[in-house]
Amino acid sequence: MNLNFEFFFNNLPELTITGLAFGAIYALIALGYTMVYGVLQLINFAHSEVFMYGTFATLWVVMAFNAADANGIQLVLILIAALIASMAMSAAIALILERVAYRPLIKRKAPRLIALISAIGASFVLAELMGLRDRVASWVHLDDNLSDYVRKAKINNSMAGVLEKPRYDVFGVSISLIDIIVIVAAVAMMVLLDQFVRRSRLGKGIRATAQDPETASLMGVNPTRTIQMTFLIGGLMAGVAGFLYMLKLDATNYQVGFLLGVKAFTAAVLGGIGNLRGALLGGLVLGVAENWGQAILGSEWRDVIAFVLLVLILLVRPTGLLGESLGKARA
Amino acid sequence: MGISAAVLALGLSLTACGTTEDGDGGGSDAACDLKLAFFGPETGDAAGLGKPIIQGAQLAVDQYNKDAKCKVGLEKKDSQGSPDAAPALATDVVSDESIIGVVGPAFSGESAAAGPIFAEEGVPTITPSATNPTLADNGWATFHRALGNDATQGPAAAKYIKDTIKAKTVYVIDDASEYGAGLAGIVKKDLGGAVSGTDTIQQKQTDFSATVTKVTDKNPDAVFFGGYYAEATLLIGQLRDGGFKGTFVVADGVKDPAFLDAKKAAEGTIITCPCIPDTDPAVADFAKAYEAEFGEAPGTYAAESYDAANVFLAGIKDGIDDRKDMLEFVNDYDEKGITKQLKFDDKGEPADVHVYAYTVKDGAIVPVGEIK
Repeated sequence: MNLNFEFFFNNLPELTITGLAFGAIYALIALGYTMVYGVLQLINFAHSEVFMYGTFATLWVVMAFNAADANGIQLVLILIAALIASMAMSAAIALILERVAYRPLIKRKAPRLIALISAIGASFVLAELMGLRDRVASWVHLDDNLSDYVRKAKINNSMAGVLEKPRYDVFGVSISLIDIIVIVAAVAMMVLLDQFVRRSRLGKGIRATAQDPETASLMGVNPTRTIQMTFLIGGLMAGVAGFLYMLKLDATNYQVGFLLGVKAFTAAVLGGIGNLRGALLGGLVLGVAENWGQAILGSEWRDVIAFVLLVLILLVRPTGLLGESLGKARA
Repeated sequence: MGISAAVLALGLSLTACGTTEDGDGGGSDAACDLKLAFFGPETGDAAGLGKPIIQGAQLAVDQYNKDAKCKVGLEKKDSQGSPDAAPALATDVVSDESIIGVVGPAFSGESAAAGPIFAEEGVPTITPSATNPTLADNGWATFHRALGNDATQGPAAAKYIKDTIKAKTVYVIDDASEYGAGLAGIVKKDLGGAVSGTDTIQQKQTDFSATVTKVTDKNPDAVFFGGYYAEATLLIGQLRDGGFKGTFVVADGVKDPAFLDAKKAAEGTIITCPCIPDTDPAVADFAKAYEAEFGEAPGTYAAESYDAANVFLAGIKDGIDDRKDMLEFVNDYDEKGITKQLKFDDKGEPADVHVYAYTVKDGAIVPVGEIK
């Protein structure tokens, strides 16, 4: 193994920015894990598929409006529509998950382990359904009309060529505009959400439920509705992540959620699970650490770096970097 | 696994040398109730690469059945291209006595996993697509290959990079798979001092930021990637977005229409392949029949698969009805196929090998010519 420090230091700014961009996407997905954990003390393993459905919603809108031929204001409108569709799709999937895979279990006061198994099952079902979407479309005899949308179900589906991705030289560092957009958009969403949870009535309800569900319900917070809203917000954020992911990488497939889900979950734990700001910090730290590590050790070490980092941080700080739960966040 | 495979295969090669008498020949004696098996991906990530192979073999079988008294079946064993699934599937094949020959396994990884089982039970295999050179070194008496391996494809790719692209600096990337890493290793060795750097990505990875920075830092004339189209499509898109201007060179694992999803980024990519172009006069009749049957031009390795299936079918026509005789028949085979003279050396490698270069032009993969 040869350590390539020379390359690392020569390209530090660029590696940091691309790392931050992917880390921002991790962070947005991590929010869904962390919020649900904060409220239910439950790891929603199917959240990765919520994100994956968002990437497809983006792709389908881009295809439906033939964005490859659009430019200027038209392209911007299509992309906004894609963002809304992605958020709507992810939110819908998250709500369905809550209704079908969780609420019946929570009502019966099933052990957490059962809910976890239910989540893993739901994750497989959702992923494979997307993988088999051509068959699903053929059941309702739409496969001819929808062939562009359901074809090549098992490989990458790409919207390459839709976006020009300009790069700028800033003080000798080559920076992609898309990376900057992804970072700024993700951080802005996180700040908005953080303020929402801190200040709004619903946010207070969520925090109250996270602290003590029984007392919260005695104080007039409807727990079922609060849980539903938590899933909804997590889904919306995953939808934004799906959209930004497509902007950056152009292509998705039905299995794309798995690895990203594991990494986002890692980011959530890294930052302190149940903690919104922790999710942001964890995502960014993880993204940058992966990129730096790959630069020094070689790209095949990417996952090793991510998980060694996780273990090291948990050894020193078992509650994660910011280690404070959603409920304890100060108003 | 390598050692036990060699021991098993040794035992097998002894028994395989027993008798020499064949069927009496002539179509009328053709055996009944026999099947060939296709072994490879029918579904899964690599389904796109499996489809032409299945259809090529299917066409050979259909054409044979048209005037045969006894029909031959083609059983599809779907491995999804996964080495993990291969051993169980291979056991499934060997337990079905009516399967007399296997077209496949399609990929190198699954070939390595399934090879010992076929060798142990003496099921002759002809792969139309697995190109890792070490497969032939396991001493599996049942192993045959209907195309040039990466030991010929790798040097051909390196030669093309040096002589035709005239690249002074080359960055070599692989995907850590049996196929990709093997091929990239050969290319790297052949390019020698022209290699300005190497990196290894992971299959199913989607973000290649660090790799892109590494490549653009060196600003090479060419990038060689050993791997499959799923990653290649994303990699070239991100390399171009990152400002890489040189030539992208890949091998047969990327020669699939799905690679064209990279759109503009894919243009100008050089794809090497030991597979004959469907425009070659030698395969004109085949290409016409294939298109009539499946409504599309023959994809990668369809013609090689057709050849492989035809070797077995010739044996069945000669009245061969067990695996032992079939293995001998294949070992002694020396006829002209549509892609090349089909004759296997004692390791199962083809005696006659051609490697071709293709390029992506105006959204299509078009042949450039043979690399000589």
